[in-house]
Amino acid sequence: MRQAVHAEWTKLRTLPGTGWLLLGCIALTAALSATAAAAVKCESTECGLDPAKLSLAGIVLGQAVVVILAVLAMSGEYSTGMIRTTLAAIPHRITVLAAKAAVLSGLVLAAGTIAVLASLLAGWLILPGQGFTPAHGHAPLSLAYGPVLRAAAGSVLYLALIGLLSLGVATAVRDSAVAIGVVLALLYLFPIFAQLVTDPDWRQRLQRIGPMTAGLAIQATTGLNNLPISPWAGLGVLAAWATAALMLGGLLLWLRDA
Amino acid sequence: MTVGPTPYHSSLRTGHDGLMQLLHAEWTKFRTVRGWVIGTVSAGLVLVLVGLLASAGFHTGCPPEGCVTPPVGPDGEWVTDIFYFAYQPLDGDGSITVRVTSLTGLITYPPDHPNDIVPGVVPWAKAGVIIKESTRQGSPYAAVMVTGSHGVRMQYNYTHDTAGRSGGVSAASPRWLRLTRSSAVLTSYESADGSNWTRVGSAYLGGLPRTVLVGLFVASPWYIVSSPGLAGGTSSRLTQATANFDHVSLQGVAPGGGWTGHAIGVESGGPVLAQGGLMESEGSFTLSGTGDIAPAEGGGRRVEDTLRGTFAALIVVIVVATMFITAEYRRGMIRTTLTASPRRGRVLAAKAIVIGAVTFMAGLVGAAVAIPLGEWILRADGNQILTVTSLTELRVVVGTAALLAVTAVLALAVGTVFRRSAAAVTALIVAMVLPYVLAVAAPLPEGVSEWLLRVTPAAAFAIQQSLPQYPQVITGNTPLYYYPMAPWAGFAVLCVYTAVALALAAYMIRRRDA
Repeated sequence: MRQAVHAEWTKLRTLPGTGWLLLGCIALTAALSATAAAAVKCESTECGLDPAKLSLAGIVLGQAVVVILAVLAMSGEYSTGMIRTTLAAIPHRITVLAAKAAVLSGLVLAAGTIAVLASLLAGWLILPGQGFTPAHGHAPLSLAYGPVLRAAAGSVLYLALIGLLSLGVATAVRDSAVAIGVVLALLYLFPIFAQLVTDPDWRQRLQRIGPMTAGLAIQATTGLNNLPISPWAGLGVLAAWATAALMLGGLLLWLRDA
Repeated sequence: MTVGPTPYHSSLRTGHDGLMQLLHAEWTKFRTVRGWVIGTVSAGLVLVLVGLLASAGFHTGCPPEGCVTPPVGPDGEWVTDIFYFAYQPLDGDGSITVRVTSLTGLITYPPDHPNDIVPGVVPWAKAGVIIKESTRQGSPYAAVMVTGSHGVRMQYNYTHDTAGRSGGVSAASPRWLRLTRSSAVLTSYESADGSNWTRVGSAYLGGLPRTVLVGLFVASPWYIVSSPGLAGGTSSRLTQATANFDHVSLQGVAPGGGWTGHAIGVESGGPVLAQGGLMESEGSFTLSGTGDIAPAEGGGRRVEDTLRGTFAALIVVIVVATMFITAEYRRGMIRTTLTASPRRGRVLAAKAIVIGAVTFMAGLVGAAVAIPLGEWILRADGNQILTVTSLTELRVVVGTAALLAVTAVLALAVGTVFRRSAAAVTALIVAMVLPYVLAVAAPLPEGVSEWLLRVTPAAAFAIQQSLPQYPQVITGNTPLYYYPMAPWAGFAVLCVYTAVALALAAYMIRRRDA
């Protein structure tokens, strides 16, 4: 396993795209978060906005870059034929997938931590100027405050789980275009349909099973009673999606010819 | 003079790489790759199936005895026609002149005072003078009024709205309003002092009978509360407005006639606040009322509600159209293609035409099936559908197909520039779908998401909007039903992106080695 991880790390490290994608993830996340923070105004104590969630809004864009990175880690091998070399070197296929998952998670956790800290820093600098002041009942964003820490750490985990979900889907469908289409459809279509359905029970059901709608519940620090799903349970739903995708991918990898 | 070596001439007949041959070649490539054909067909299917699922998800809260159909206005559209009306009959030509000295109001249970009725005037609370065919809801009218925060307005036949002098009304700064009738032409005037009059606008109401009603009115629409975010939604609160009128003078009305007060469209037995009322003392009148005279907002479903599968279909289309070019690079097929036809721009054009045309057909069939089936499901569920003209319905169907087809061409162009699927597919899905996700379901403030729906290719979804948004109606449904751009203007944004991407792709495919 140690050799497998080392091999995967070498492959991913030497691809020219990896560094750019990780940088892109950090830059896009921080940029959208800062834009969202700069665009709001909170003029009273009841502006109904969650400053932590607002500062972490860029995750919805940054996750798309994580999807590319994770899908390419697997489908790139299929498009170049490298997968045959990989499997000849390590015939135990599940080990290959596990090693890829480990290396990918490590990279995404590292980049995600920087992206989340940069977003929170942007929020901490910008939000007080937009009316999120103690006078309006908003303490400055601080990682020492439990819910904010949970939102920040949860967002990093969210990105890593999105990476694992994408890796599982890419292993199952092998083609990068199809894999990205499937993952982004899973992420982005649930919130659209949840808003369109007028039946409140169905809306809540859709929000609870959608990987993005459930997973992002981890970012909430206010109005916790009105969430469609509690923060950690929501992240658990995303983890279930990622596990299911990895199991399906692993099964197909094990059964099929490369 | 030297003679160079004779150029080599092959004895083979020259091959053709005219556009027709290229189209045939690209069509052959498309139809022989099973995944692409299945993908395109399934884009149409997804459009229908997801649309049907979404249609089945609309359960409106109609009472067991069935939904109440809103009144229909003179132009055939659904209208809200609820207000307090104090009137006298007017036979033939005439006019009414009043002075409005105050407009105040009450808002029930706003979010910051959830248990109280607090003073407050909603922006489109209205008080003024009106000439209306009858007390029937939906009958033609013209009115000039003061509003909560939109100044003096002239409005007629529900959808028309003209702005006059801005600013609020108070005892210190009253507003004089006058409405005159000359056969079918109604003209309105306003004044700050009762002597210097300014014309606000005029309306031609064809078919107005000789005897109509003239009088004072007050209306106050719902106070809309919208909460952003994933668990967001909108709700509305009852409001009431009260206005004081004096210096009332009527011309053309039989002298000595009394005023009749009537809350139009209000059922007796409802909330006391909604009943409104009329008080008269020494020539001054106090009217209070609730409601609105405007195009109807909620209550019904729209044609585009049956087309919510477009988002899912779009993702399929983006994947297939990108692979239509990136697969050539991945397999090395592009070298054969470009050897057979060295004019590379023409190859790109042929590809764009083929993928655009097949996607258009799939989208057209999908939309043409999804709308009637979806409407049938909606009706079977007890929903009512806001009717639009067949021309609008045609625009929605063809526009949906065109939206998918132009997106396919955009995906092809972006795929040609990137030569790799992953970046191209992600960029397109993020550009086309994410702005709408952010607009309806993310913590972004309205201004940002509205701006995103103008500058990204997602602006093209405006082509599906079947009913116009009226600025004089505040709705809680903005991001779901109304796009910030006009239908064709939004579609043009996508076309501009596509044209630029195609030009870039044509430049790159010529400059680069394959």
